Amino acid sequence: MNVTTINMSAGDRQSEERATKIHEEPEASPKIQVRDFNFFYGDLHVLHDIALDIPEKQVTAFIGPSGCGKSTFLRSINRMNDIIPGARARGTLMLDNQDLYAKAVDVVALRRKVGMVFQKSNPFPKSIYENVAYGLRIGGVNDRRILDDIVQTSLQRAALWDEVKDRLDSSAMALSGGQQQRLCIARALAVDPEVLLMDEPASALDPIATQKIEELVYELKSNYTIVIVTHNMQQAARVSDRTAFFMLGKLVEYDDTNTIFMNPKQKLTEDYITGRFG
Amino acid sequence: MNDRRKVDLTRGVKGRFIRDRLMTVVFTGAGWFAILFIALIFVFTFREALPIFTDPEVSKEANLHEFFVKRVEGETIEQQFVWQPVGEVPKFSFIPLILGTLKATFVGLLFACPIGVAAALFSSEFAPPKLREWIKPTIELLAGIPSVVLGFFALLVLASWLQNTFGFTYRLNAWNAGLALGIALLPVVFTISEDGMSSVPRHYREGSLALGASRFQTAWKVVLPAALPAVFASFVLAFGRAIGETMILLMAGGNAAITSFSLSDPLRTLSATIAAELGEVVFGDPHYSALFFMGTLLFVLTFVSNSAGQWVIGRMQRRMQGES
Repeated sequence: MNVTTINMSAGDRQSEERATKIHEEPEASPKIQVRDFNFFYGDLHVLHDIALDIPEKQVTAFIGPSGCGKSTFLRSINRMNDIIPGARARGTLMLDNQDLYAKAVDVVALRRKVGMVFQKSNPFPKSIYENVAYGLRIGGVNDRRILDDIVQTSLQRAALWDEVKDRLDSSAMALSGGQQQRLCIARALAVDPEVLLMDEPASALDPIATQKIEELVYELKSNYTIVIVTHNMQQAARVSDRTAFFMLGKLVEYDDTNTIFMNPKQKLTEDYITGRFG
Repeated sequence: MNDRRKVDLTRGVKGRFIRDRLMTVVFTGAGWFAILFIALIFVFTFREALPIFTDPEVSKEANLHEFFVKRVEGETIEQQFVWQPVGEVPKFSFIPLILGTLKATFVGLLFACPIGVAAALFSSEFAPPKLREWIKPTIELLAGIPSVVLGFFALLVLASWLQNTFGFTYRLNAWNAGLALGIALLPVVFTISEDGMSSVPRHYREGSLALGASRFQTAWKVVLPAALPAVFASFVLAFGRAIGETMILLMAGGNAAITSFSLSDPLRTLSATIAAELGEVVFGDPHYSALFFMGTLLFVLTFVSNSAGQWVIGRMQRRMQGES
């Protein structure tokens, strides 16, 4: 219902039709709904009228050439762009039918619901244990037993527990790049998010570490809605259920991953996929 | 065609080699020159203090026992440890002076460390960019104020204000001297801490914010711990500066060499004693050697505190990188 009202106010026939279409789909309503979303860095208009739905408990990949806005869009979903001076958004970006850019939204609560993993693994210069416990501690959890428990399950879910269980108190900086990235995933999982945003999570890793991350993404999607930005098209094809192709700040095509890679509707998508430009 | 390919690979190599060697020698020499200077300062200061150990005439009155241990007859410690270098029986106890130095340093650090670190956190984490551009050079400008001006300010303005507000018996006391000293230490703590915090990688902050931390939590729990080596370094440097600072303490401390633990009593520091007395001391006198020994002591103290600080900082950094 909510969707329809919002789009009516936009006064756009096209989106009205789209909204109705969403309504007719019998499947569960999408986790994230985006309509007429625009983003600006100062005077720079970096995202133009983005509209897409991200389904729950699936992997959605964003692909596109450098500077196409896919990372900016990803970072809009947990409002990480807020920290950049002069950044502003227009349009609607809804998580569970709640407008994320409404005035009353608590960014802190939003970011606990929508976790993020960055391109460069960024564990804090603390112990492995404290890295995973960080999100809980800042949320006010200090009970050692609860912390122990969640640290363990988070590390297990991130497929790192067996490698680090004997040295939880040693510095996270001593881990390898791939382990650090999985630690960052564990850290994000510890606060029990519903959505996990991944900004080129494997681009700085070797092939074996990359494979582990990809396997992890595949396993995590049974519990989390995952959005992944990647430069690597094989990766998008391997891990994702749906793929969105961005170019020059516009969403060119968005469909099932198979369709995008096998049978793209847009010439531009086809050219990009086949490597005619990049 | 073939001729053009023949390039003489050895051409000009000799000249370049010599220039290279020459520059290496110049820079190495300049480096060693600086080290030599510091060593020479130590050597010449210590040479003037040497009669304490070698000349029986001097060591009769001025010796290590006299400086650090000896108590004269008296009921209170104030009467037992006395610095009274001129008189029938000169008394050379360093204790009141060391105490004075420590008291002033303590108050100075107590003032400068928390405020300096808080200001650094504010500037690097919370201040809007425009304010930051303004705030940093301003605080750093404080370092350029001649200490005699700070001393003058403390002597006239600060001392009266403190006495009126807190009702001290003595206008010039450790609080007054220490606070004035703290103003001089503030830019040291601020600048080095701020540089440390600003160089904490941006992705640490993003990682923290993305986990739902507020800006304050991010600053307090991620940026500050990551910048701890720099913060600690700033404290060490501030300590060294505090021990050596002379003019502020000479003017604002009340210049009374009394053995007292009270912060509301006047004080006299090691450095202020040297400054006040060296001009009038008799050359070759036990007093003369005692003052130079005092200088040596200050030198060693600063050197040791800096080296120990460096060691601790190195350890902190290595631990952070996960090497130990």
